[in-house]
Amino acid sequence: MALHCYSPFSVLSQFRGSKGNRVIICADLLSALLLRAIGQKLQKSYRMNLRPLGVLRSSQDRGILPCGDIAALVYLWNPFTILSCVGLSTSPIENLAVIVSLYGAVTRRVPLAAFGLIMATHLSLYSAPLVFPLIFLLGYGLDAPPIKKFLQTRHGGVETGSTSDVSKQEKLTPTTQLPFSWRTVLHFVFWVLVWSSYVLVLCSLSLKQYGGLEEMFKRTYGFILRIEDLSPNIGVFWYFFAEAFEFSRNYLLIIFNLYILLTSIPSLMFRLKHRPCFLAFAYLAFTSILKSYPSVGDAALYLSLWALFVNELTDMEYSFFIFCGYIGFSLLSPVMHNFWIWRGTGNANFYFGNAMGYACFQFMFVEKSVNAMLNHDQALKKATAEMTKNLAITVIF
Amino acid sequence: MASLLRSLFLLLIVQSFLVAIAFGSNEVEEFSEALLLKPLPDRKVLAHFHFENRAPPSNSHGLHHHLFPKAISQLVQKFRVKEMELSFTQGRWNHEHWGGFDPLSSMNAKPVGVELWAVFDVPQSQVDTSWKNLTHALSGLFCASINFLESSTSYAAPTWGFGPNSNKLRYGSLPREAVCTENLTPWLKLLPCRDKDGISALMNRPSVYRGFYHSQRLHLSTVESGQEGLGSGIMLEQTLTVVLQPDTTSVESNMQPSWSLSSLFGRKVVGRCVLAKSSNVYLQLEGLLGHGSKNVDTEIEAHGLWKNADFELSLKPERVLRESSSFLFIFDIDKSSDSEPFDLGLTWNLPSKWSCQQAPLHASRFLMGSGNERGAIAILLKATESQEKLSGRDLTNGQCTIKANIFQIFPWYIKVYYHTLQIFVDQQQKTDSEVLKKINVSPSTDKVSSGMMEMMLELPCEVKSVAISIEYDKGFLHIDEYPPDANQGFDIPSALISFPNHHASLDFQEELNKSPLLSSFKEKSLVRSYTEVLLVPLTTPDFSMPYNVITITCTIFALYFGSLLNVLRRRIGEEERFLKSQGKKTGGLKQLLSRITAKIRGRPIEEQSSSESPAAQSSVLSSKLIFKIILVAGAAAAWQYFSTDK
Repeated sequence: MALHCYSPFSVLSQFRGSKGNRVIICADLLSALLLRAIGQKLQKSYRMNLRPLGVLRSSQDRGILPCGDIAALVYLWNPFTILSCVGLSTSPIENLAVIVSLYGAVTRRVPLAAFGLIMATHLSLYSAPLVFPLIFLLGYGLDAPPIKKFLQTRHGGVETGSTSDVSKQEKLTPTTQLPFSWRTVLHFVFWVLVWSSYVLVLCSLSLKQYGGLEEMFKRTYGFILRIEDLSPNIGVFWYFFAEAFEFSRNYLLIIFNLYILLTSIPSLMFRLKHRPCFLAFAYLAFTSILKSYPSVGDAALYLSLWALFVNELTDMEYSFFIFCGYIGFSLLSPVMHNFWIWRGTGNANFYFGNAMGYACFQFMFVEKSVNAMLNHDQALKKATAEMTKNLAITVIF
Repeated sequence: MASLLRSLFLLLIVQSFLVAIAFGSNEVEEFSEALLLKPLPDRKVLAHFHFENRAPPSNSHGLHHHLFPKAISQLVQKFRVKEMELSFTQGRWNHEHWGGFDPLSSMNAKPVGVELWAVFDVPQSQVDTSWKNLTHALSGLFCASINFLESSTSYAAPTWGFGPNSNKLRYGSLPREAVCTENLTPWLKLLPCRDKDGISALMNRPSVYRGFYHSQRLHLSTVESGQEGLGSGIMLEQTLTVVLQPDTTSVESNMQPSWSLSSLFGRKVVGRCVLAKSSNVYLQLEGLLGHGSKNVDTEIEAHGLWKNADFELSLKPERVLRESSSFLFIFDIDKSSDSEPFDLGLTWNLPSKWSCQQAPLHASRFLMGSGNERGAIAILLKATESQEKLSGRDLTNGQCTIKANIFQIFPWYIKVYYHTLQIFVDQQQKTDSEVLKKINVSPSTDKVSSGMMEMMLELPCEVKSVAISIEYDKGFLHIDEYPPDANQGFDIPSALISFPNHHASLDFQEELNKSPLLSSFKEKSLVRSYTEVLLVPLTTPDFSMPYNVITITCTIFALYFGSLLNVLRRRIGEEERFLKSQGKKTGGLKQLLSRITAKIRGRPIEEQSSSESPAAQSSVLSSKLIFKIILVAGAAAAWQYFSTDK
């Protein structure tokens, strides 16, 4: 009888699932397209930034990898994306919202950027601090080597500028000046306010009968921040808060929520403000480790954003080691889960140890990427210094 | 002085007289005791003790009582309890053999552990507070952990699925509660004679707890007087139901065992409780239709029943009452004395067989699925044989239907997906609208409230089996929320299946003596049956190492933060400069010179130093290399020399 009852269930639930699948596939494809567009923009600006530095000649342009295509392919073919699509997770939709906001900022469509940000925040609270990278993106423009170096090169360029062609100079000026365009940012803030009030009004109208906005905040953001659900996921907090003592729970909650906010945002912001897209990547990667309920869909997002910087990050350290670590832990994780939950032969520590190791590798990945990006900037500086020296030598002789 | 004393004395007399008048004007408090014995088809004997205590509505109500336990009346007054039932049960009622369609089973077949329900007479907003206070009071009164029902995760507010329809009803049960003498002793304390005298003297603890099933119940209801100014009367009904296995000496397996009170309980009734208004012993024999069909309408013929070919009673009954399918022998224990104790015995002479009346559907419940992540609960209702004989069917639209209410509480860590509810009638899946007449669901909230499901099924009479299944996910608890033996699993309280169109009652035609037991049998009671308690194993975290988890996690976070900060605040240019300055510490003068020249030239220092270093390095490297080669060659030559020497 038990079998009789149970067997039709699974078939039905599979059938029921196929309806939602289409929406998620569309979201994935759309985010891949947008990623490609972002990548093309970034590639263009990368080429434009490198050319005046003399690192790159127009004939050598083939050396630049098409990062947009790579990122889109990384997103679509990532096993994590496929998993979250097959598993009917909502993370593809959250990812789409994040990518829409980045796309809007990159193409300077301010209302679109604000809309993406608000939707992403509405869907998962952790996207809210993306507002800083977006403001930088709108204020300073696309990713570029640091200002100091630019000014330096421009200086050198002006000195020797008598012979160089004028059109190139003109092309440089909008990016080299790097003024913080307050107008765009204010425009963005205005649109953020418009969209957020729009979403809040809609929510309050639809939730009028069920306790209103207060209830919604308590049930959604409160649920995220208070880590009430302790079922196992690929993060570390479920087990931490299942084991942590009840009397220190509130203290630890405050500490860890502040940890996400205070350790990642300000320090990264100071060093990476000239590269807002990379800042967005670093922040997303960081939150996907420290989220209260992380999923593999988050990893898919930041890995594809990482692929946007393949040109800059070619010299990343330990990349093979980290790659192997990712593969190893993502294969071990289901095994340990099966041991613990289904077979009962394993212990909770097996799975938690695995989650811990995965978090370590993610931490290492973020750290090494940031390191590689800073090294790249340093290398650019060196190259420009050499170029100015050469120019100076030519001037002297 | 003397006159003063006299006047005082007079005053006292007058006062006592007045008090007597006041009491005389009302009904007096009544206590009655009864014991019902009933042989069961599966060679067991059921003993049902019934004590009823009535406090009439009065002005002085609650302040002074003669017989009524003060603790209970204070409880009723304080928490304004309208109706309440508390039961402690161990063992499971066997519906197939012990009956499922008589008042005895529908009232006394209770779920394992503690079950408590109460209806309050307070405003809707105060019901929960009253319930919480009541659970604490009862917990102290009965030495049981009823206070665990205080938390909102363990009780529910059924609307119609549980018997009485009221929105001030709260229901909770503790399946894990162990029931023992410590719960029986305070229960006995509420009786005026305790267990010293009367029928309750039979309650020998070892024999009571040796039984297959025992359930002690306390039912409390207030009776509104209807008069202004008068409080409400309270009716307290205490029952103890025990199923015992008589010691069999006969070898024949098909012979029913013979027993007597002394062999069952190891004690005899010496006399009645003097405070009791009535104290009777009843013996109910079912399935003696062979005799019943003949002619036992008159009392005289009935008297001949107690000694016949089939069985023999050791005492002559006072009266014999007859119901459609059973006989009731009534004994009065007034006549017993110390020299001649009341010891009723039943001796079977011939093998006899009979069966009990059963509820229209037999309910059982089980778990499906494996692993610790998800599963499903299934409730299986099977048609019983006696279904055809039963009345109480509902003929709607010319179709014969049976109505069945299912009431089920889910603890919050059983996260039920109500959309997965499936109903199979005779192995065929039915849509909800076909069989489901009404459903009321209140979903659970994590760590706040338990979920509840009430549904009313309308089934065709010729149904053979109904299976209801619902899927769930198992929750993960905090380390402190697990009980000490966490790996044993968690209990899901029994589901209650009741049949709103079926009422059980035993109507003994003669209504001469107003025995409370018989009158309670005569009332139509809802046919209900409880299912088994389910044991759900939940995944456990490692209980031994919270410190390890906390320290390791925090260490990793700190390490990460340190390394990220290190990367961010690093200046590679300066580092290189520092390294070079360290490398050239030996040639201080040279370095100084180079610095000066660099300053004069206005160029960075790195250029010069870097142009110098490779050559120096290469020379050092080459000399080292030559040294190494010589060393290896020497070693090889020595080896060659020594090896050839030997």
